[in-house]
Amino acid sequence: MIEVLQQRVNGDEGLVRRGRYLTTTFLLEVGPTAWLISIFEGRVVSVTRGPFVMPSSAFALRASEEEWAKFWSRKPPPGSNDLMALIKRRVLKAEGNLQIFMANLRYFKEALAKLRSEGAAS
Amino acid sequence: MSATFEPITGRYMNLDLFGRPHRIYVEHAGEGTPLLCLHTAGSDGRQYRALMNDARITRNHRVIAFDMPWHGKSSPPAGWHDEEYQLTSAQYTTMILEIAAALELDKPIVIGCSIGGRIALHLALEHPEVFRAIIGLQAGAHVDPYYDLNFLHRSDVHGGEVAAAIVSGLVGPDAPDKERWETLWHYMQSGPGVFKGDLYFYKIDGDIRGRVAEIDTKRCPLFLLSGEYDYSCTPEETLAVAGSIAGSEVTIMKGLGHFPMSENPEVFLNHLLPVLEKIGRS
Repeated sequence: MIEVLQQRVNGDEGLVRRGRYLTTTFLLEVGPTAWLISIFEGRVVSVTRGPFVMPSSAFALRASEEEWAKFWSRKPPPGSNDLMALIKRRVLKAEGNLQIFMANLRYFKEALAKLRSEGAAS
Repeated sequence: MSATFEPITGRYMNLDLFGRPHRIYVEHAGEGTPLLCLHTAGSDGRQYRALMNDARITRNHRVIAFDMPWHGKSSPPAGWHDEEYQLTSAQYTTMILEIAAALELDKPIVIGCSIGGRIALHLALEHPEVFRAIIGLQAGAHVDPYYDLNFLHRSDVHGGEVAAAIVSGLVGPDAPDKERWETLWHYMQSGPGVFKGDLYFYKIDGDIRGRVAEIDTKRCPLFLLSGEYDYSCTPEETLAVAGSIAGSEVTIMKGLGHFPMSENPEVFLNHLLPVLEKIGRS
């Protein structure tokens, strides 16, 4: 399901516009499954599923399948409704060069919320 | 379409604080029992405009909100450009007491949110005689840092963008878009390093865990109201504080987040009005 990120992010003109100075590759880990997501000037250009031998990324976001499932549910419960809520509960690990993540925090929050069930609030 | 005006008046007050001249912006509306409003970290008194615009409150309360120094339309003191702003418990307490005295408020009710909720606990402990009642919104005794606060003030991260992005998830899911984004706009407008300086009080200096149980609600009634979706000051943390203070009254507000008065005023007022009525009867 992570692959739909490309179409959903690129289909949101406002999100792409806000990300126009963002070019990076980050690693998203959903339990044991890893994904490399490449962004060029705000557009998601590739979503590649692991396993990888030597993945190169600016930073990584790692959480269990259960935690991502709650985050991506139609109406996430308290404590699961936001990336910072997951970080506060120490169930999401953000590692690497977090300057890119924090400088574009609204972009990453809204992009990853695109993976919520269709019709859910972003 | 003709213009309409809100019943809010704003003024600038010149006042010495901590031995230095300050220019403080103060808004007020209504007549009656003073209700002194304390805004959250990195924001300003605009958060309380819904209270000032609601006749159910202003018909018997004089609602007052000031922008803390460095916030909103209050200036930082002269010399600020060579200083690092850091709010301490002592400064925050002094500021509230001095401003209340300067405005000649007679036994005000104080209502504060987040850092304002925390200082409300300090006031309940140290200055209960000054206040008619104390209302703490999103009031916990302590919050551990859960991200690197340095990201709030560095040249390669936009301070306004990151401040709003950090707190955006603290707004409850049912907040109307207009109020949600107005609340976040206030964060985007904060001066460089101000949110970070406020969090020095919230996450380090203002820890009151060891003393909160000493609050005597017989000297000043204490009401705690917290939003269900707040992961900064969680409902569990508010319930823990309430559980340790005999006589305190606690409400967990379903669907609301960390900014009840500004993110969803209509729902919040349903919780606040009964509290004000109860204070009015006592």
